[in-house]
Amino acid sequence: MTQVASFTVEYSGFLDATGKIATALPAFAQVPEALIALYKAMVLTRTFDAKAVSLQRTGRLGTFASSLGQEAVPVGLGAAMRPEDLLLPSFRDQGAQFLRGVTMTELLLYWGGDERGSDFAGPREDFPVCVPVGTQAPQAAGVALAFKLRDEARVAVCVFGDGATSRGDVYEAMNFAALHALPLVFLVNNNQWAISVPRGRQTAAETLAQKAIAAGMPGLQADGNDVIAVRHVVGEAIERARQGAGPSLIEALTYRLSDHTTADDASRYREDSEVSARWKKDPIARLRGYLTDAGLWTKTTEEALIAECTAQVEAAVEDYLATPPMPPEAMFEHLYAELPKSLEAQRAEVSEGRGP
Amino acid sequence: MSELALVDAVRLALARAMAEDETVLLLGEDIGIDGGVFRATDGLLKRFGEARVIDTPLSESLFAGLAVGLGAQGFRPVIEYQFMGFIYPAIDQVLNHAGRLRNRTRGRLACPMVIRAPFGGGIHAPEHHSESSEALFAHIPGIRVVVPSSPAKAYGLLLAAIRDPDPVVFLEPKRVYRAPKEAVADDGSALPLDKAFVLREGRDVTLVSWGAMLRETLAAAETLAAEGKEAEVVDVATLKPLDMETILASVERTGRCVIVHEAPLSGGVGAEIAAGLADRGLLHLLAPVRRVAGYDTVMPLPRLEAHYMPTEQRILRATQETLAYS
Repeated sequence: MTQVASFTVEYSGFLDATGKIATALPAFAQVPEALIALYKAMVLTRTFDAKAVSLQRTGRLGTFASSLGQEAVPVGLGAAMRPEDLLLPSFRDQGAQFLRGVTMTELLLYWGGDERGSDFAGPREDFPVCVPVGTQAPQAAGVALAFKLRDEARVAVCVFGDGATSRGDVYEAMNFAALHALPLVFLVNNNQWAISVPRGRQTAAETLAQKAIAAGMPGLQADGNDVIAVRHVVGEAIERARQGAGPSLIEALTYRLSDHTTADDASRYREDSEVSARWKKDPIARLRGYLTDAGLWTKTTEEALIAECTAQVEAAVEDYLATPPMPPEAMFEHLYAELPKSLEAQRAEVSEGRGP
Repeated sequence: MSELALVDAVRLALARAMAEDETVLLLGEDIGIDGGVFRATDGLLKRFGEARVIDTPLSESLFAGLAVGLGAQGFRPVIEYQFMGFIYPAIDQVLNHAGRLRNRTRGRLACPMVIRAPFGGGIHAPEHHSESSEALFAHIPGIRVVVPSSPAKAYGLLLAAIRDPDPVVFLEPKRVYRAPKEAVADDGSALPLDKAFVLREGRDVTLVSWGAMLRETLAAAETLAAEGKEAEVVDVATLKPLDMETILASVERTGRCVIVHEAPLSGGVGAEIAAGLADRGLLHLLAPVRRVAGYDTVMPLPRLEAHYMPTEQRILRATQETLAYS
């Protein structure tokens, strides 16, 4: 028997769970401001998530998906992208969207049931939240193909969870992206749970990263609770893609400390002890530990940051709550570039208030 | 002006659209060197190159999603499904994304894409190659569903579909792909979408159909004419959104209507037309609206196929009953 091919999956992590350096930091992380910016973005995301959950609990927001415990994944990603790149997010990537210029008010509008929340004033070409899991992967390949055809030095990034890696269209997208060496990065936020199905019952594959190898591209793992690792590994993948070296898939290993969404009750299917053990790997505490040890962070700066994040979130909530709904006939607007004649009667019924 | 078959008119429109707009791209299985299983893209790879005529891997979910991404980026992708039987993975992308991207982003992003697929029975094709599932798509908001009935209609409607800023599902009646032929001017003129065409005028009864079934419908009208009854024949052409005005105007004149389609009877587009007539044309009707359609069965394999497909005889029988009703 002859071995015809062999493959490896590399893992990257820099800080241990307490924030001590386990592996020499990459160059960008030598700059204190860069690390502080990552820390602030994670704290802002957590503050936003906590507020969004409380708004939902008090009937002022619809179903919401918190990223509690996973903030390093979207924040590391958002920091690694350039403004001209394009994000096709899942529904738990607010940390990346904020860094892209999507506003908190916009996302509150979206989760509060208003289409205008997806009309981003900032990143005009970024895709909105994608609810049908993994269906944005083929779209990401289309966006990346557009970049390649126009010979633009831009990269598309598509984020999905561990569950999505079991989907056929996700594989179809990876296969095509590798075949055409598209400027595309697939980021798997492996938070160990697809609603109630744990990673171990999702697939027999040893890693999710190795699914990329079947498609013909690199599959790498990063410690998803180490924002430095996410920023570094995703950043390298994005730059490889930008230089024409094709797509990669990054599996960021993290953990969903929250319920799947506010409509979920994780106590039905997982033990509290598992969750409390995972709190010990909290990405925010980890980076704070490092910054504190390095003399870059104090109780005072922490308190100031919490106050600043809270004020920002509260201002966004105020904006959101003060935004009146669109008029009912807005459902007919932007349905087509121009409303077909046959729909005019339905629109008239709504605008004249003759509906229910 | 040369006589062309429908499939040749499709190719002519694709070439025209690609020549006039470099954002038009073709994607699909075997559409490159092989020119497509029906040769609808024959020669286009050579003329426009592999950056614009892209053979995809065998992945039917993929290329609908590719088209959404390309469309949002300002391209005008035209994707080909080899047969309608293989189009169903695309419903996820069309229903969840293409049809709603413009609306859900308040016009920020849109999907100017065309999904082409040959459809319909009557060519003794293998299993899964003969269904007419247009109603599945006609139920989806935010898109258009267009069915040409002749070479000239195929040319003009496909050009319109490609130039349209919204998603269009363009279903090609493959039973009439090769014949009959018709003179088609390659002048770049598009036909209007959202508009039904009156193919034949008549005062006694309105026959409404689309696609290949217009062949039998027009033949029935000819037979009726020999019997002294004048049937008006309406080619619906755009099934979504539906031009009820043209159908209503005809039925106001004739008072009688028979709808003909190959797809199963229940929940078919014919039911929508009949409901539109009941809603807005009832006082003009002199007889119940009849539908001549495929049965609510699985599409039979070729040995029984002819018993499933509406025939001129079935259309005549329903029309004569309608005409006799008083």
